[in-house]
Amino acid sequence: MKPKVAVHKFASCDGCQLALLNAGPDLLALAERVDFVHFAEAGIVAPEAEADIALVEGSVSTPEEAARIRTVRERSRYLVTIGACATAGGLQALRNGADAGAWVAGVYAHPEWIEISPRALPVAEFVKVDHELRGCPVSTRQVLALFHDLLRGVAPRPVESSVCLACKRAGHACVTVTQGEPCLGPVTQDGCGALCPGRGRGCYGCYGPAATVNAEGLIRHWTAQGMDKDAVRRRFRFITPEAPAFRTAAEEGGE
Amino acid sequence: MTKRGRSIRVPVLARVEGEGALEIDIAGNRITRLDLRIYEPPRLFEKFLEGRSYLEVPDMVARICGICPVAYQMSAVAAIEDAFGFTPGPELRAWRRLLYCGEWIESHALHIHLLAAPDVLGFESVLDMAQAWPEVVERGLRLQALGNRILAVLGGRSVHPVSVRPGGFSRLPGPEALDPLQEACRAALETARDLVAWTASLDLPRETQDFPCVALRHPHEYPMNEGRIAATTGLEIPVSEFEAHFEEYQVPHSTALHSRLAGRSYLVGPLARLNLNRDRLPPPVAEALAATGIAFPSHNSHFSIVARAVEIFLALSEAVRILDDPPPAAPALARPLQPRAAEGFGCTEAPRGILYHRYRFDADGRVQAARITPPTSQNQARMEEDARLALERFGLDRPDEELRRYAERVIRNYDPCISCATHFLRLKVNRR
Ligand code: SF4
Repeated sequence: MKPKVAVHKFASCDGCQLALLNAGPDLLALAERVDFVHFAEAGIVAPEAEADIALVEGSVSTPEEAARIRTVRERSRYLVTIGACATAGGLQALRNGADAGAWVAGVYAHPEWIEISPRALPVAEFVKVDHELRGCPVSTRQVLALFHDLLRGVAPRPVESSVCLACKRAGHACVTVTQGEPCLGPVTQDGCGALCPGRGRGCYGCYGPAATVNAEGLIRHWTAQGMDKDAVRRRFRFITPEAPAFRTAAEEGGE
Repeated sequence: MTKRGRSIRVPVLARVEGEGALEIDIAGNRITRLDLRIYEPPRLFEKFLEGRSYLEVPDMVARICGICPVAYQMSAVAAIEDAFGFTPGPELRAWRRLLYCGEWIESHALHIHLLAAPDVLGFESVLDMAQAWPEVVERGLRLQALGNRILAVLGGRSVHPVSVRPGGFSRLPGPEALDPLQEACRAALETARDLVAWTASLDLPRETQDFPCVALRHPHEYPMNEGRIAATTGLEIPVSEFEAHFEEYQVPHSTALHSRLAGRSYLVGPLARLNLNRDRLPPPVAEALAATGIAFPSHNSHFSIVARAVEIFLALSEAVRILDDPPPAAPALARPLQPRAAEGFGCTEAPRGILYHRYRFDADGRVQAARITPPTSQNQARMEEDARLALERFGLDRPDEELRRYAERVIRNYDPCISCATHFLRLKVNRR
């Protein structure tokens, strides 16, 4: 029997699911090897279905989502979070720490019709996660590699290297040295192959903190370059606000 | 009003990006209430943009929608540049238009083949359809991949491209990437022309209704990045007057705000654009449209699929035109802007229709207030009205399952990118 796969969506932009929908012939080939039991964006709807592999996109940001992620966990054998929203809260977690009620009232004439949790949180705050794919968005290559491993019965391996290493390997000119761009490459996990430096701008941290993060060194360097505290804080508090290493750096750097 | 009788729930309206539901109260042969429920949790972008530098805005707003991130980047840079008094030169305009063409092709091809065609041809999903109609699915995936390739060549990746900055691109590709891209686009022109004819040959319901259309209007281009806001009511205004004419309001059943123009629901998107801008199509595209035999302007939302195909052909033709003689990169590269305390307005044509942004900045270029009106929320009221009229004409005595399928089909004509507007679907019918 083919393994059953479910793709679940929580608070997100849908961009990570596109890693599959943009896979073209590879998506059709994958559909031969697995049975998609729930993938609403592709037209297959059975949110309660049992699955061998569940991909979860998005952060948990409402009471309904908090209940639903538990159900998803119960019905899934192997749960993989995909993308910055699911693994580190995503941009919507920038509301964490603010007065969510006041913010809702700032956008809606009738805040009483809107139900949200005070904070948007990573999936792992609610249930056990078996593996995570980082990125905003995750790439088709990452998702296909995940299935390649899982379908052979091999445990996927975490990424060890940083964007900075990938950048050097790719032979890009260092944007910090040549352009004075504040680049998060030294502290960010690889996965994009140093996309931004290759395009002449600093890394802004889509893949979240690398395995080892020397944020102090980076903050010292930026401060010496004249970056103010708030800019340092904003740099770390961006795509992955709930990633612990970046949260700490934002707190320390912003003091 | 108390509701009695049967109530049927059908899970998530599939193949609409996002989540939502439709609830209908039926009394006899009339629909007394129709709510398109949109559940997407509010992500509150407009609030957390406050305090952020203008330089951070394009990367942030891209994350509102993974299917049309370029639209968010384009409206944002337009508003930022408006605030700081920067006018893009012809080179920058051309490169941005090329990038936008990529998004239109990707988004429209995804919708036609993966989302809408299964409806028309009677399949649950593209994965089932691929067995019976391999060449149709293959064509769609090819066009979608080509749109994505334009995005990736210019922006590094197709979802949340990284090279768009206020004032210009951080870097642009050279001939080694552009030459093969030009060849690939040229080679696909015929496919795009065929696609127009194919969509027109589909068995589409004849369901004409009366509604205003709204789109940008540019002196000589089919609109993408700029223009005045025009409506079939005769309205024509600068972007800065959007809020004076278009009213956003909240309804209890949706986390996305609805919109109206002079008290009425209205249509934005490919069909509205085409209705207002047929005279801006380049001749080969205009000929392909004429050859369909469909009379335009059209007020049948089922013809949106044809309008999307026409726009794929248009976008591909425009991409070829730009790539045949690519403008120099240097004048299109990002230059530092001079922030000032000011307000700026931006409105561009997202694949799904006009996307309005307004920002107020302080003297350092930090956002003090932001307002974003996505196309799907603007279309919500029209979707509800369309579904109500279409279902009544379809026949309310039909089984719920048939009603559900037809309602889904009507709503899918709008390609509701629900993440933009927040999300949708389950059908609940209350009969009394
Ligand atoms: S991680 Fe980024 S790309 Fe993925 S769903 Fe969240 S915002 Fe979208």
